[in-house]
Amino acid sequence: MRFERRERQPLLLILATPIIAVIAALALSGVLIALAGAPVFEAYWNIVKGAFGSRLSTTETLTRAIPLMLTGLAAAIAFRAKLWNIGAEGQLYIGAITVSAVSSQLVGGFPSIIQIPILLICGAVAGMILLLIPLWLRLRFSVDEVVTTLLLNFVAILFVSMLIDTVLKDPLAFGWPQSLPVADDAMLPRVLTRSRLHIGLFIAMALAVVIYLIQTRTVFGLQSRAAGLNPEAAVFAGVPLGRTLVFVAMISGGFAGLAGAVEVMGVQGYVTTELSPGFGYSGIVVAMLANLNPIGVILAALFIAAMFVGADGMSRVMEIPTYIADVTVALSLLSMLVAIFFTQYRMRR
Amino acid sequence: MTENALEISGVSKSFGDNLANDNISLALAKGEIVALLGENGAGKTTLMNILFGHYVPDEGSVSVMGKLLPQGKPREAIRAGIGMVHQHFSLAPNLTVLENVITGTQGIWSLATDIKSARQKLLDISQRFGLIVDPDARLGDLSVGEQQRVEILKALYNDAQILVLDEPTAVLTNIEAEQMFSTLKDMAKQGLSLIFISHKLDEVMATADRIFVLRGGKSVAERQVEQTNKSELAELMVGREVKRPVREVSTPGDVILNASDVSVLQSGVERLKNVDFHVRAGEVLGIIGVSGNGQATLAQLLSGTAKRSKGNMTLFGEEVGDLTVPDVVELGIGRIPEDRNHEGVIGEMTIWENAILERIPEFSKNGLVDRIAGIKFADEVIDAFDVRGATPTKRIRLLSGGNMQKLILGRNLLKQPRLLLAAQPARGLDEGAVAAVHERILSARKDGTGVILISEDLDEVLALADRIQAIVGGRLSPSVSAEDADARKMGLMMSGEWSDREGVA
Amino acid sequence: MNEIIDILSSAGLWAAVLRIATPLIFGTLGALLCERAGVLNLGIEGIMTFGAMIGWLAVFNGADLWTGILIAAISGGVFGLLHALFTVTLGLSQHVSGLGVTLFASSFSYYVFRLLVPVAGTPPTVEAFQPIDIPSLSSIPFFGPAFFTQTPPTYLAIVLAFVLAYIIFKTPLGLAIRMTGENPHAAEAQGINPIVIRYGCVIFGSALMAVGGAFLTLSAFNSFFPTMVQGRGWICIALVVFASWRPSHALLGALLFAFFDGFQFRLQTVLSGVVPYQVFLMIPYILSITALAVMARRARVPQALMQPFRRGER
Repeated sequence: MRFERRERQPLLLILATPIIAVIAALALSGVLIALAGAPVFEAYWNIVKGAFGSRLSTTETLTRAIPLMLTGLAAAIAFRAKLWNIGAEGQLYIGAITVSAVSSQLVGGFPSIIQIPILLICGAVAGMILLLIPLWLRLRFSVDEVVTTLLLNFVAILFVSMLIDTVLKDPLAFGWPQSLPVADDAMLPRVLTRSRLHIGLFIAMALAVVIYLIQTRTVFGLQSRAAGLNPEAAVFAGVPLGRTLVFVAMISGGFAGLAGAVEVMGVQGYVTTELSPGFGYSGIVVAMLANLNPIGVILAALFIAAMFVGADGMSRVMEIPTYIADVTVALSLLSMLVAIFFTQYRMRR
Repeated sequence: MTENALEISGVSKSFGDNLANDNISLALAKGEIVALLGENGAGKTTLMNILFGHYVPDEGSVSVMGKLLPQGKPREAIRAGIGMVHQHFSLAPNLTVLENVITGTQGIWSLATDIKSARQKLLDISQRFGLIVDPDARLGDLSVGEQQRVEILKALYNDAQILVLDEPTAVLTNIEAEQMFSTLKDMAKQGLSLIFISHKLDEVMATADRIFVLRGGKSVAERQVEQTNKSELAELMVGREVKRPVREVSTPGDVILNASDVSVLQSGVERLKNVDFHVRAGEVLGIIGVSGNGQATLAQLLSGTAKRSKGNMTLFGEEVGDLTVPDVVELGIGRIPEDRNHEGVIGEMTIWENAILERIPEFSKNGLVDRIAGIKFADEVIDAFDVRGATPTKRIRLLSGGNMQKLILGRNLLKQPRLLLAAQPARGLDEGAVAAVHERILSARKDGTGVILISEDLDEVLALADRIQAIVGGRLSPSVSAEDADARKMGLMMSGEWSDREGVA
Repeated sequence: MNEIIDILSSAGLWAAVLRIATPLIFGTLGALLCERAGVLNLGIEGIMTFGAMIGWLAVFNGADLWTGILIAAISGGVFGLLHALFTVTLGLSQHVSGLGVTLFASSFSYYVFRLLVPVAGTPPTVEAFQPIDIPSLSSIPFFGPAFFTQTPPTYLAIVLAFVLAYIIFKTPLGLAIRMTGENPHAAEAQGINPIVIRYGCVIFGSALMAVGGAFLTLSAFNSFFPTMVQGRGWICIALVVFASWRPSHALLGALLFAFFDGFQFRLQTVLSGVVPYQVFLMIPYILSITALAVMARRARVPQALMQPFRRGER
């Protein structure tokens, strides 16, 4: 038996891969649920109900999808240029704490219309800077950015932990390590009353479309794709490799930082070290499930958010740990990898 | 009748719809040298991979010393006494010579490598066949010729009785190649049997006892060397008479590129040393030499991807500073890179994107790519340069090598460049495509384009170039008119036999 | 200044260094073995987590300690098999596959742990490995308590580093592994099956990673809690580069690293209130990044690292 490269990749197959991958992942997690002695279909039904069963749960799912869209875009943009940014988690925290610092210390008194854009930009810039460090190490010292971005995640979270323990500590939080809250005028407007859903949803979706247009229509999009697919040929064709990667890193890190900013300004209002349940890492899964397509990121983020919110709901009524959601998400990444492989290769004999 | 050392009988192998080997039979006697002659794609390499157990044939069998060889098992092939010397060396640059040679020769579960006796055996073999290398040198530090010796030593170390060499001279200078063939003849005298694969008629005629010609996967002829000649072999190999385009006499115009005393430093190594060269409009300057002597750096310098550390360059009458790729393209310099797949195209991108990538400023406005103009340009190139099987929105990796090269030529020549840099433009192409590429280069020359042709293929250079310089160790020889050049003289040039003052002897 | 000398001269610090180093030694050796054969294994973080969980769980359910270690090793091997399937057989991106294995192995360990161990205020514990005194050596003043009163897995890790160094550099198997990592086609031409070698190395290497994880729950601590691996896996990946893919240097690197870690931990108590403790906790990660920057260009990377091997495709 051996694998043979497909001449053509049928479009239908490419569109079907994420669905096949998700079904495979659900089937595998089903086995784990069954091993736990629980009825599988009931569990999944409860997950669906938990995610979409009521107005509240649906808006929660959408709210949860917002940071996932942004971290998913961050990963998708970077991976397309073969920049392995695994540091979205750290960039998210740095973006978040920057927003808290800037709002509480500097611009808290500004009206919403001015303060919100300033804060969003600050959060994004902070994320950018954190990714430019490993990129610099790669360009200057040829250090693989996978490991450095991973390690910087820990540094970033410790840094945040230090700030919320010291200079940015909220004195009114009964001693809990929690940052000073952002100003009320810094909070993103809600989309619906009696829900936490905020306009971050539209920001994230609009950005996905913008990225799609950048990738398909602009010189930068063409050049960054070339840089990712074949750096040697890109250099030969005059693509400024370093500059392209810097731009890619700025967008990628910026989006991850923005995810943190939006999560603080839309949901929490302040920063703790529990702000993100791994949004940065899940973003990688989102990007892979979307096959690195920015529009696909929107749908993939919704799926992952539904898994997490749904599993929370499910575990309230059944004896299955919520970690089943993490397991399913990880499995969907692995099965997506296999599915992508089979869009490119076929088995022979 | 003596027993044949090797017998291949009725071997067929297909990949998809492509029949790479069609019922091939071949026998090799002890002490005999057999040449397998054929163009690229004739099925030589597939046959050798079957022989060595890398591929399982669909039909047919291989036997060694009268014993049937189990199929698809490289280890069994080694054990039976077959040694293979690949065209692309199968060596690990970070290991020593000795380590490269003995890997896999001792029981994998033994508790210690027997270095001492291994070293002795290696030294004995290199003495016996005159293949001298330092066993403890790091392989990556050796020259290409030395690496090839290691590759042969590896086979001999495994007690090979039958040695298979795939294009053994592709990477050697003429002089190294001559040494190599005398070593091979010596080996045959000592009782080894050899098969070597080649498409070079001269070396086949000079070395082999018997010649098999492969074409389109079939064995089309078998000749004793005394019974044949070069022109018959050429016809058998190609299956038709091939006319390479003839260079017309032209009168070169003004000097369009002049480089004097140019050096290039790359990662601390001086890859080009004080070179002087110039090209006139309507003239082809051929740069010959064994690869790895600075050709890549020279090409990069003119492509805008390497900077001078010293020296002056005048382009189209004006002194120029450091050039970037967009500068170079803007100035009207066309570039055909040495390595199509690594530098020339991006396989996963479409044909139109590949056509315009290096001309982005021309095909974009305000940072937006002009897709319609790009597709139109690609269509024009496809039409004008007869790129078969191409539509602008198809991914370029689906094209054959020849058609890919035509597209690369087209994207450069359609815009009438003033200077064309062509690095190994015909490498790896079949005869038909080679002729097409050469014809295009000559017609550009006729239109007044100055051409720099970097090539290892002396026939190609003789056919196209007006003047010839050799590159050796980063230095350029004085130029020699093509009329005065012959194989011997070029051989001398390529081995560095010239003095800067007196020119080539 | 006096405080620093006090710290450096306390046997406790040096004993701690070996303890901190042990999981890193196992993990680094495991990652090193995979990379020597040409496979980057970013599954390490998750595999260590799973090893920590399953080893502990086995002992919690009555198995003896060595059985716990063995079960961890086997589970690590299974995850290695998964990674090898993806990267060797299918030739998928080693980066993404490794991250996928990490995400899966860690979430799966949390799931199993939550499922089988009831939630409790204080996490349940097991009877962990006890230090054994090496006769006569342990009674040497200072050096005895510092270096010769460790738990058995620590001695095992140190011995293993030398064994692995011997295998890689002195045996035909090691040569085959190195050749596979440098040029799998060359290995194949010499009758070695690079696919088998890669599978073997990834499976065995992953088993070592899991043992490193199990050390955390069966020797360094006596309970399991999520996120306890704390990026140790990633640090191991950095240490492999630092060690230039040599087991002996990996041992040294892990010890050096552990020394800084142990030292900063003790410095924390001295400087508490002056410098926030988080600064000290950052040091290991920053140290790893620095080590990478210093060594990345100097080290001789296995040439075929991260390159899938497909027969006949060059």
